[in-house]
Amino acid sequence: MLNNFVMPDLYPAAPEIFLLLMSFLVLFVDLIFGATHRWMAAMLTVITLLGCAAITLVTSDGQTALTFSNMFVDDLLADFLKLMTYLAVIMMLVYSRQYMADRGLDKGEFYVLVLYATLGMMVMISAANFVTMYLGLELMSLSLYGLVAIDRDSRRATEAAMKYFVLGALASGLLLYGMSMIYGATGSLEIGGVAQALYQGQSEKTVLVLGLVFMVSGVAFKLGLVPFHMWIPDVYHGAPTAVTMFIGSAPKLAAFAMALRLLVYALFALAVDWQKMLLIMAVLSIGLGNLAAIAQSNIKRMLAYSAISHMGYMVLGLMSGIIGGQVDPFTAVNAYSSALYYTVAYVLMSLGAFGMVLLLSRAGYEAENLEDFKGLNQRSPWFAAMMLIIMFSMAGIPFFVGFFAKFAVLLAAIKAGYTAVAVIAVMFSLIGAFYYLRVVKLMYFDRPVDSAPITAGLDLRVLLSLNGLAVAGFGLFPDALMMVCTTALMRSL
Amino acid sequence: MNSQLLSLAIWVPILGALPVFWIGSERRTLVRWLSLAVALAGFLVTLPLYTAFDATQAGMQFVEQSPWITRFNVQYLLGVDGISMPFILLNSFITVMVVLAGWEVIEEKQAQYMGAFLVMSGLMNGIFSALDGVLFYVFFEASLIPMYIIIGAWGGPNRVYAAIKFFLYTLLGSLLMLVALIWLFLESGGSFNILDWHQMRIGMAPQILIFIAFLVSFAVKVPMWPVHTWLPDAHVEAPTGGSVVLAAIALKLGAYGFVRFSLPIVPDASHYLAPMMIALSLIAVVYIGFVALVQTDMKKLIAYSSISHMGFVTLGFFIFNAIGVEGALVQMISHGFISAAMFLCVGVMYDRMHSRMIADYGGVVNTMPKFAALFVFFAMANSGLPATSGFVGEFMVILGAIKFNFWVGFAAATTLILGAAYTLWMVKRVVFGEVANDHVAKLTDIGAREFLVLGLLAVCVLAMGLYPFPFTEVMHASVDNLLKHVAASKL
Repeated sequence: MLNNFVMPDLYPAAPEIFLLLMSFLVLFVDLIFGATHRWMAAMLTVITLLGCAAITLVTSDGQTALTFSNMFVDDLLADFLKLMTYLAVIMMLVYSRQYMADRGLDKGEFYVLVLYATLGMMVMISAANFVTMYLGLELMSLSLYGLVAIDRDSRRATEAAMKYFVLGALASGLLLYGMSMIYGATGSLEIGGVAQALYQGQSEKTVLVLGLVFMVSGVAFKLGLVPFHMWIPDVYHGAPTAVTMFIGSAPKLAAFAMALRLLVYALFALAVDWQKMLLIMAVLSIGLGNLAAIAQSNIKRMLAYSAISHMGYMVLGLMSGIIGGQVDPFTAVNAYSSALYYTVAYVLMSLGAFGMVLLLSRAGYEAENLEDFKGLNQRSPWFAAMMLIIMFSMAGIPFFVGFFAKFAVLLAAIKAGYTAVAVIAVMFSLIGAFYYLRVVKLMYFDRPVDSAPITAGLDLRVLLSLNGLAVAGFGLFPDALMMVCTTALMRSL
Repeated sequence: MNSQLLSLAIWVPILGALPVFWIGSERRTLVRWLSLAVALAGFLVTLPLYTAFDATQAGMQFVEQSPWITRFNVQYLLGVDGISMPFILLNSFITVMVVLAGWEVIEEKQAQYMGAFLVMSGLMNGIFSALDGVLFYVFFEASLIPMYIIIGAWGGPNRVYAAIKFFLYTLLGSLLMLVALIWLFLESGGSFNILDWHQMRIGMAPQILIFIAFLVSFAVKVPMWPVHTWLPDAHVEAPTGGSVVLAAIALKLGAYGFVRFSLPIVPDASHYLAPMMIALSLIAVVYIGFVALVQTDMKKLIAYSSISHMGFVTLGFFIFNAIGVEGALVQMISHGFISAAMFLCVGVMYDRMHSRMIADYGGVVNTMPKFAALFVFFAMANSGLPATSGFVGEFMVILGAIKFNFWVGFAAATTLILGAAYTLWMVKRVVFGEVANDHVAKLTDIGAREFLVLGLLAVCVLAMGLYPFPFTEVMHASVDNLLKHVAASKL
């Protein structure tokens, strides 16, 4: 048997391999210099991610390449999502540097776990096989569980990690169960193979639908859709803010990739079935997310519920790819690219919003209550303006990127004939506007209760400013990012 | 013809606001003069729009077109016709007044105050000149942000409630409009061009739905009865400048929306639902007129008077004759001057007495003769005295309404009594009589800056009342064109 072994083409997986090797180096360096030179691990991590970005850019030729016996795919979509992931992770690292250092959490484990979680996301993004997908998902999830509990003396964080772990394991189990049923019905674990078997239409329908339900549940858990959202508020609230920022950003890209690869690439033949499930979950998420966010006084919890509603909007785009069971390539690309665009826009806004929380935090003080934003305009007009941009963008007010994301998604939904759903969605975004407006109100209309100067370092300030300006800039000139999203999808479908 | 005038009208104030923000509120003198310079520059770049305007042409002029979002065929498409052009001038002019009015009064965060008004001005010019549905929507909704901040940050005691109510009410309307815009885009085969939509055929049922979506959006903005309740709150709480911009320009956006969207895009639904619109307008004119009569707060009184006057505007649009529509447009511009002046007058008194209650005043004429003269003049204009601009619009609309139906005209004409009653009664109680109390006795008359602002507005009101031709002249062709559109069925 050994003679038949063919060396797989490693070229498409070069970024993953590079990251893995570098993670060993980070571990090694931390072992030797960790006690005295903590910055080295951080620096190496950023270098690793930049290296990955360079490799991804260099090896990206716009072609779809399968490797490892069709278990791993490298297409334009994967390249784009990976680049966005690196960007989100690097931004997270820069944002959180001081926060973690102030709390003594900038240990080597933090960087290594971040790298492994990133690797997991990359594998998910490039998965062409159910097993690869599961592998990536578990690598990401396990690293994230560890990260949530990285402040091991915090009871709240430990509790959040426990909750995250138990529910996450359950969701992984559901997903795996669904995968095995689909395998039973189609005889294939490959995403392409499943799709082909389904088109031939000789699979057992009952098993398929049952498997589909389990898989959709697993995907919905990772996206945080109602009714699989229970973990989001507690984990967002309990984790150290830097980790919350991490969970709230890059993994959304990976979850989007998972949803797209599993539901669209593999199970497109069952689209009529999963469309209905997603529709219900999208509406519930938009509704519950927006309503529950109003009641929050903690900004991390508020952003958690806002994340639930945002993922609901994203799914609204994802489910609008087919009209009444008819497949039309233009509609499909339109819908999926709107969902992709929404995800990217959301990640950008989410990073900025948590960046603001980190900006206001300082050693021994967590600025995680809405009250902490009171009178920010008097303390720092510039950052108040940045937060204003981010909040209005999340509320979907032009000229900011969040508006165009909602616009694209609504357009896709209305095109697919879900006009009533679109009306419900915009009505809930009206309700949602209230809690974003409240943050602006606190910043601009109230007097500060906390007059301590903002102590955040220059790196955070510069990055946060760039982040806020990007939210505005992609709103004034939305064309480029939209085009990139569309092209990436079109070339990879 | 490809000129950049409209882009200048939009972006000069917005970009000019950036250095104003940047300078910060510590250097007050610099901030004021720079804001004034930007506002004046913003006004000057709009002047060629009038001088170079070809009044014989009904189509869009000064058109600018370039792709903006190619993905959805959204264009940066600007252009004005005789209907929208005057509002750009009005808006830029009022902005100069607002900057002058906030010269000394605003003590806190003056740079942000001035900057917010400049941004607001640019955005509203954008609304009046956008010919692309998405571009219109984007300006329409973005203009909520500066107004929200203006009311909330510099407003009265109940400002937070008023600001959030203002924002959510208006957002409610515009979100439904967004759905309608997307529907039109899909139905028209991929165009967001408003002028394409004017030509598009639409069935009756969708027409009615679209009309309702637009109605919710624009009715809130106008505001029409019964969705007007945000306006008194917003006006009362807003700082003087905020009230001025709201009354003079922001309310016109809703009315403008009817002419640009509802009437030409869904004419059949407009005809079908016209009785409802007329009824709502008349309720606004008559009922809100009575409501204004019993107000004890001057700003609230003027706010209700605004609603009542805007009822005239919507009435003029939905009787579908040239004199009615033109009268409504004249009324919009005239109300822009008069309501701005009325709010500035109340602002002048508020700055000195810190009260808006009618009961706290009395005999102001004894201590502020110059001011009293101007205030009485504007009050006369507000109640529609001939030879002031207030008369021209109301008279034309009443004429149109009588042509349409005598009783509609009759009901509308009651405003001449009601408007005179509530305005003049207020003036009587505030301005005339004996000096009511020590505070009034200590009042000082208006200074040169205040006199300049009110005087300029008075000149405009008078000029428009005596010789409205320059205003109506530019509208004729466009209004005829609009009516032609509205008369043709799209079924």
